[in-house]
Amino acid sequence: MSVDEIRVWPPADADPPPVPGPAAGGVPVVNGTPAPQAPGPGQCLRTYLRDLGWFGVKKGCDSGDCGACTVHVDGLPVHSCLYPAARSAGRRVTTVEGLAGTQATPDGSLHPVQVAVLEGQAFQCGFCTPGLVMTAAALRDDQRADLARALKDNLCRCTGYGSVRRALQPWGAQRGDPVRRPPRAPESADVVTGRASFTLDTSAPPGMVHLRLVRSPHAHARVVSVDASAALAVPGVIGVLTHQDAPPRRYSSARHEIDADDPADTRVLDDVVRHVGQRVAVVVAESVVAAERACRLVAVTYEPLPVVLDPVQALADGAPVVHVGPGGRPNVCAELHGGIGDVDRALAEAAVVHSATYRSQRLDHGALETLACRAWLDDDGRVTVRSSTQTPFLTRRALAAIYDLPPDRVRVVTGRVGGGYGGTQELLIEDVAVLALLVTGRPVQLEYSLQEQFRATPTRHPMAVTVTAGTAADGTLTALRVHVVADTGAYGNHGPGALVHGCSASVAVYRCPNKQVSGYSVYTNNAPAGAFPGDGLGQVIFAVESAIDELALGLGMDPIRFREVNVVRSGDALISYHDGPEELTVGSYGLDQCLRLAAAGLAELPRPEEPEAPAGWEIGDGVALAMIATIPSRGHHSHATVRLTPGGRYEVLVGTAGLGNRATTSYAQLAASVLGVGLDRVDVREGDTDLVEHDTGDDGSTGIVVAGPATVRAAQDLARAIEGAAADLAGVDPARCRLVGDVVRCADDPIPVVLVQRAMQASGIAAEGRGVAGGSPRSVAFNVHAVRVAVDRGTGEIRVLRSVHAVDAGAVLNRQQCRGRIEGGVAQALGAALFEEVRLDAHGGVATGWLREYPLPSMADVPPTRVLFADTCDELGPLGVKSIGQGPYNPVAPAVANAVRAATGIRFTELPLRPDRVWRALAELGDVEGAGDTTGRPRILF
Amino acid sequence: MDLNSVTEVHCRASLPGWRPGDAWLAGGTWLFSEPQPDVTRLIDLTTLGWPALTVRPEGLEIAATCTIAELAALRCPPEWTAAPLIRQCCEAFLASFKIGSVATVGGNLCAALPAGPMISLAAALDGSCTIWAPDGRRRSISVAELVVGPHRTTLRPGELVRSVHLPAAALTARTAFRQVSLRPLGRSAALLVGRAEPGRLVLVVTAATKRPVALTLSPRPDSAQLRAALEGGVAPELYHDDVHGDPDWRQHLTLTLGEQVRAELVGREAG
Repeated sequence: MSVDEIRVWPPADADPPPVPGPAAGGVPVVNGTPAPQAPGPGQCLRTYLRDLGWFGVKKGCDSGDCGACTVHVDGLPVHSCLYPAARSAGRRVTTVEGLAGTQATPDGSLHPVQVAVLEGQAFQCGFCTPGLVMTAAALRDDQRADLARALKDNLCRCTGYGSVRRALQPWGAQRGDPVRRPPRAPESADVVTGRASFTLDTSAPPGMVHLRLVRSPHAHARVVSVDASAALAVPGVIGVLTHQDAPPRRYSSARHEIDADDPADTRVLDDVVRHVGQRVAVVVAESVVAAERACRLVAVTYEPLPVVLDPVQALADGAPVVHVGPGGRPNVCAELHGGIGDVDRALAEAAVVHSATYRSQRLDHGALETLACRAWLDDDGRVTVRSSTQTPFLTRRALAAIYDLPPDRVRVVTGRVGGGYGGTQELLIEDVAVLALLVTGRPVQLEYSLQEQFRATPTRHPMAVTVTAGTAADGTLTALRVHVVADTGAYGNHGPGALVHGCSASVAVYRCPNKQVSGYSVYTNNAPAGAFPGDGLGQVIFAVESAIDELALGLGMDPIRFREVNVVRSGDALISYHDGPEELTVGSYGLDQCLRLAAAGLAELPRPEEPEAPAGWEIGDGVALAMIATIPSRGHHSHATVRLTPGGRYEVLVGTAGLGNRATTSYAQLAASVLGVGLDRVDVREGDTDLVEHDTGDDGSTGIVVAGPATVRAAQDLARAIEGAAADLAGVDPARCRLVGDVVRCADDPIPVVLVQRAMQASGIAAEGRGVAGGSPRSVAFNVHAVRVAVDRGTGEIRVLRSVHAVDAGAVLNRQQCRGRIEGGVAQALGAALFEEVRLDAHGGVATGWLREYPLPSMADVPPTRVLFADTCDELGPLGVKSIGQGPYNPVAPAVANAVRAATGIRFTELPLRPDRVWRALAELGDVEGAGDTTGRPRILF
Repeated sequence: MDLNSVTEVHCRASLPGWRPGDAWLAGGTWLFSEPQPDVTRLIDLTTLGWPALTVRPEGLEIAATCTIAELAALRCPPEWTAAPLIRQCCEAFLASFKIGSVATVGGNLCAALPAGPMISLAAALDGSCTIWAPDGRRRSISVAELVVGPHRTTLRPGELVRSVHLPAAALTARTAFRQVSLRPLGRSAALLVGRAEPGRLVLVVTAATKRPVALTLSPRPDSAQLRAALEGGVAPELYHDDVHGDPDWRQHLTLTLGEQVRAELVGREAG
């Protein structure tokens, strides 16, 4: 033993540990200034810092898993939601707001990491960005070399980490576009410095009170009585509201242009609860602490009612009735039946037939900014709601209807929205907030915890999709039958839409003379499902694209070739389950290009950044395609205003909420191109029902293709107004005047816009243009995903070695942002394909209430995705553009399943492809001889 | 998250005496990660100035308040052949280095999660824990005696873990490490360590099981002996069942990884 002395680590001569003074009531120095007040005893550092007004410190998961709250304490990055605030006393705390002022940049300019993230546009919604910046700024060189490990708990739901990886390569290694730097999103500097204002990143209205909700422990029960006496005795409690305080009107939490598209089955507070976690009562209190305490003291007496949790059982005669559906049938929220040709005959004559039932799981959106809103009365007595909604105008309309208010007496505004993904295309919190506001007269705030968001907000619709498909020996698809059973849960929000939409483009993308589609969206006492990326398509496409693969393999034909033979072409009618006219057209056709690009992407030699397959693992390639309408059906409207401000800048006003970069940047780009000015002269204001007349919302990926054309028209309208005024000034025909940047060319005479503007002001003409767009007719976009996986038969682990995504999104306005959007969709979908799953307990309540139980993909889970663009130009979209939004999500899971089939010979029919399940299937069904056999009959895992 | 029921934070020295509602605060990374509605006072152990790591001829003394980052940075004496295991376990956390610079070894032991990497490390290296009781008495127990199930320890009210001792005999052994989780860099579904000492091979199963299991084998077991030991020593119901992996898979991983560990330490020829 050569340990000849006792060594103590860290050595005694190292810095002595700072003496924290929790008991002494000391304060930290925050961003260079001693904090004005001491932290509370049980407070976490995040709350303390936000209370001090440092809103760059985000509240995400609140359990240490997401990293959005990262700050530096004495130079060390920590998750401030886990750090006892009392321990910060006497220490130096730096938030993202103070980063630029640290030693790295004594001149106060941006920190190099902020510059890198800004230049690389390594964000979309930007909610996780402050935490990412603070973590990256503290990395050593060796940590930077293994970013996936260093950033494993900096979760980003939007970007898919591609832009983050590129931006955070060792500083100075980034290479921008050598010719032209791509346009940056407005607010970029605010996002990287923490100044961007999300829903609760403003000072609270004076006198604001807090709401907490009492939730049902029963899957189905009548509320017999509510005894609030003990709760009301808690100091600080103002009131407890129940169904007796709530208006009787029923509505749907789903927000669509046409209210009747979703069944009106929901009350603000109901006297019957239909799922575990449904809200039963609202506690209003001076503080969150008092409200939480009081919640536990509200005594509710329930009369339990019969429960049905299985959607197939719910369709059976005599099943407990959750709701009578709009069609009059118990538990049928929506159904559809239709077809063309004779599927039975075609199947009888087919050379190869495949039939299986494919199950897609329940999923959570995983937005890191939890649902939150404030409601107050403005100086004029008008109900004002600041919320994280994706649909401010439709939320206003619903609130006005529920509370019998004229729409102009309700205003809904949004801040920047920290991830939506459909999760806020619902009225989930604003209704109770306004109830509490109207009853108490006090400004109110309701903020969900992430646990609450997991347990009590809608998920993706789980679906069982039975596909039966047949092909002729020459590779012609002859029969396609799809039967869908979707579990909409206790309420029908988005139930009809997910069913109808899900069965539409998924089936219509294939030319096939015999098609039959049937489907049910079924009420159960499970947690409700709702709007989700893909809007039902992902679940049906998983089934159809798996079946198409089996047909190709059954014929011994290359799956890509089989698809090339059978997909719709330019000019084809799009037929899903009825042979009728749709206002859906192929505005540009790039599916053939996408398939070729994907095939070429798979054939390429490995790139250095690609992971290598571990020795002994089986390798397989898989491909799947997805068509999607560029705009949701049944109405999508936008109004836009563009005006010339007194300062000589152009301002675009739109009604959408600020969900990400691409749409917002595109409004500025579209207006700038019409007006002939640089992007730096255009400001975009959005997310306020006072700005324009109406907007359906930025759901269904529509910002760019609906609010976009409205913006173009408004800019054109403004240009005409300016040209008209210039014509008057010059005394020439307006037809001879043309606005070009800062001048109007009248005949040959350039008149500065400044002079025209003065003349307009003098004669009282508003320098303002308006535009409207209706979202019809609609085009289709195409996505093809190709993936190479390695599978370990010993453990069931799957590694994605290569991911290639080809997209036909029409003309590409901003390659950097399109790429980011696609990488983000692919990453979300890889999570869904491989491990994400909302689990329910035995009573239909959500059991996975934490990020640790419902992990979102981290950088380590997502390989770099190569994004390839088809060269097309849409005849319907603005400047030839098509929406991207949710489209890239849909083909990824079936591509992965097809690749695993190729690697192992086993057809997986259930998502996610978790290692434990893959291993079990391999152990039960896989024999050594069949390993890697991709041509024989599959062993199907049911 | 905020622990709203907490009304006081104390140093241990300033505390009148243990009472229900008191909680020991070390790094805080577990305590502040879940609601603690019954906790009313926090007693901050990190103010006590315990030396994080003490290297002695007889082994390594790790204070309960030693952070994961401090442990990972330890420069071990060259004859400690098990030193790589310290880093491997410090990197086996689901959480990143940011948590590791705050979270403590003692906190990880007391959280008693099946996948707690410090439980794996201490169990793999024959660690014993020094427990302080509120009446001033001290006792020493093995990690297997401390951690008895998910979130379950044998600590009595008011007791705390003062330190964990890793004996030199274990630190100078050869070790082999295997870990599998549902996701790359995810929470361990099975973490196995083998320790080859003169006269015996010890196989320690963690993460896959509800509590750590140490099996003592002959110095050069063959595959069949190893399998028999695992099947006999780990009852099927001891395999952990939660969202991080199904129990039958964890059992399979335990057998698979156990064989890999055996092969690394003994050599394949013995199989």
